[in-house]
Amino acid sequence: MAYALQQLINGISLGMIYGLIAVGYTMVYGIIGMINFAHGDVFMIGAFLSLIGLVLLSMGGVMGGPAALILVLLVSVALTGLYGWAIERIAYRPLRGSFRLAPLISAIGLSIVLQNFVQVSQGARVKPMETLVRGGIEVMREDGFVVQLAYTQMLIIGVTLAVLAVFTVLVTRTPLGRAMRACEQDRKMASLLGIDTDKTISLTFVIGAALAAVAGTMYLLRYGVIDFYIGFLAGVKAFTAAVLGGIGSLPGAVLGGLLIGLIETFWSAYFSVQYKDVAAFSILVLTLIFLPTGLLGRQEVEKV
Amino acid sequence: MKPASALPAALKDALIAAAVSAAIFIPLVALRTDVGPTGALTLRTRWPEAALLVGLVFLGRLALVLWTGRRGLRASTAPGPWTQRLQQAGRLAAPAFLALALVLPAIPGVDRYWLDLGILVLTYVMLGWGLNIVVGLAGLLDLGYVAFYAVGAYSYALLAQEFGLSFWVCLPLAGLFAAFWGVLLGFPVLRLRGDYLAIVTLAFGEIIRVVLINWVSLTGGPNGISGIPRPSFFGLPFSMAGGEGTFAGFFGLEPSPSHRVIFLYYLILGLALLTNWVTIRLRRQPLGRAWEALREDEIACRALGINVTTTKLSAFALGAMFGGFAGAFFATRQAFVSPESFTFIESAIILAIVVLGGLGSQIGVAVAALVLIGGTEVFRDLQEWRMLVFGGAMVLIMVLRPRGLVGTRTPSIALGKKRAIGGDLVGEGRG
Repeated sequence: MAYALQQLINGISLGMIYGLIAVGYTMVYGIIGMINFAHGDVFMIGAFLSLIGLVLLSMGGVMGGPAALILVLLVSVALTGLYGWAIERIAYRPLRGSFRLAPLISAIGLSIVLQNFVQVSQGARVKPMETLVRGGIEVMREDGFVVQLAYTQMLIIGVTLAVLAVFTVLVTRTPLGRAMRACEQDRKMASLLGIDTDKTISLTFVIGAALAAVAGTMYLLRYGVIDFYIGFLAGVKAFTAAVLGGIGSLPGAVLGGLLIGLIETFWSAYFSVQYKDVAAFSILVLTLIFLPTGLLGRQEVEKV
Repeated sequence: MKPASALPAALKDALIAAAVSAAIFIPLVALRTDVGPTGALTLRTRWPEAALLVGLVFLGRLALVLWTGRRGLRASTAPGPWTQRLQQAGRLAAPAFLALALVLPAIPGVDRYWLDLGILVLTYVMLGWGLNIVVGLAGLLDLGYVAFYAVGAYSYALLAQEFGLSFWVCLPLAGLFAAFWGVLLGFPVLRLRGDYLAIVTLAFGEIIRVVLINWVSLTGGPNGISGIPRPSFFGLPFSMAGGEGTFAGFFGLEPSPSHRVIFLYYLILGLALLTNWVTIRLRRQPLGRAWEALREDEIACRALGINVTTTKLSAFALGAMFGGFAGAFFATRQAFVSPESFTFIESAIILAIVVLGGLGSQIGVAVAALVLIGGTEVFRDLQEWRMLVFGGAMVLIMVLRPRGLVGTRTPSIALGKKRAIGGDLVGEGRG
């Protein structure tokens, strides 16, 4: 019981990170209908920017207080957002309205570029970071097994919920969010009604990248070790989460992220760690066989 | 726009680009983190490199804006005047390429290095042609093609090692196993379309790789399988010792290590040409036409009574079979297989070759493989920069020519005379 509870906590905090990345996938997919394959690498860039920020601060004599963490998070979010903007501008905008596979290949190429850019500029070796947030609270004790909710996990859950709340308000209540939803429904009609679709799409990428930067920072704080390759697997898992939840659906992305995180954690805890990725992917395949549009996705109407 | 009035605008544009690139490059390039002597991370500044990059972006953007106007680079889909000329040259290109490929080992000055490069490029040409059946003809997006390559390679490795079967027996078996896995993958994804199909095939590729890593008793795990038997010339082994019963001895030649390389070269050339030949033949037959019809419009296909299930499965199976052949070849050439050779990036490279070449265009795939694989090989001295160049080339080619390097297609059937049509007239499939 206690063991399962611990896995639940671990699974939720991992799932939150996947969910944050998945939102970026699903937003971009919803608005321009393409898989932003480089999104996982944007997450990696966000983690690296936070790492550099934290090292910079610690060399300046500031060790991770809450203010320093928030500052680093904000800088990382801003700069990663800029990355998102630049990526859209360079690799996707010229291909908008082109055939479907062109942006996909361009995105894969960009993913290779980002990975190798970081590998060249920051080195291929893993970057271990000293733990900034230690300890946690004891939730429950059973037969000597202590269920612990680490402060980093509380941080992940708290920050993710806060970010998602802000994000939901942004999408449902602001003019930008309305423009985004309008573009998602019908881009041409939205532009006829005076919505600057180019700007809206750019901002979608910026917001997606910003969410990925939050996820990257959380990942860094929780796991403490990053390298230039973390983006691939995290990206694939998050994309799996987005598809599982029904791609294009924002609540679906978070739900899918949580499910993937939980499946992975429970599978590692009770069956085998080696096959946790197989478990996550198999669940994906099974879901799609029976629910081809994901859990919360809309049924695509096919017209002749 | 007159140049006089364009210059200030271009300068402003380039300055903005430089400012953005400064924000992008400074943290990651100028502030290099390293693991210090105490185990903690330390920073090392590299301002000149970052400044150089920002300067390059500024100049590059300035030149680009002055050259093309503010709109920047635009993708061209319509065949321009030079594509027409290229297309005329293209008619000669295929036979010329083929002739060059056939005589390559005999050209003086072509040494081991060039032959190895040729083998590498031809392997990717073959994989590209194999995947082209699935993606280019049937319009089914497959991001996990490397799984079949892996199945072929491991099939050969295990069959040859455990049962001592020869390459020529294993080759069809490897193809069969791969085709079987193709059908196995095909069944669950029959109902999926577009990006759902893409992610499931990607997941399938990753599952195969994870299983290969973890099923240590069968596959040797991350260490892979080494000591895979080398191919023999129809039973005559290539041996440096020479003498009776070896290739060199049988033909009365001086034993030389290049014999095996040349044999491998012709082997993969033959396999690639077989793939090409089967594809070309099938396109004229009902099955091939059904694939292309499926790519153009699945609903119309159903309405016309085409069995969508078998059509899709046959595309998966045939594409997988050629992937399996290529895998068996890979295993015998390397004499070593490990899961590291079958990562997602391989699938991405093969798909990129197919798309960059122009979906469905046979010669385009060959050209793209030559450009991407041969081209990046030229940059081999750049070490880790090589993949950076590779990815950049992928983005650049797609942005400039989204329909691929070869912009025209020859329709499989036509009323009257067959004419080349623009690549954008060919559907890309939703499957």
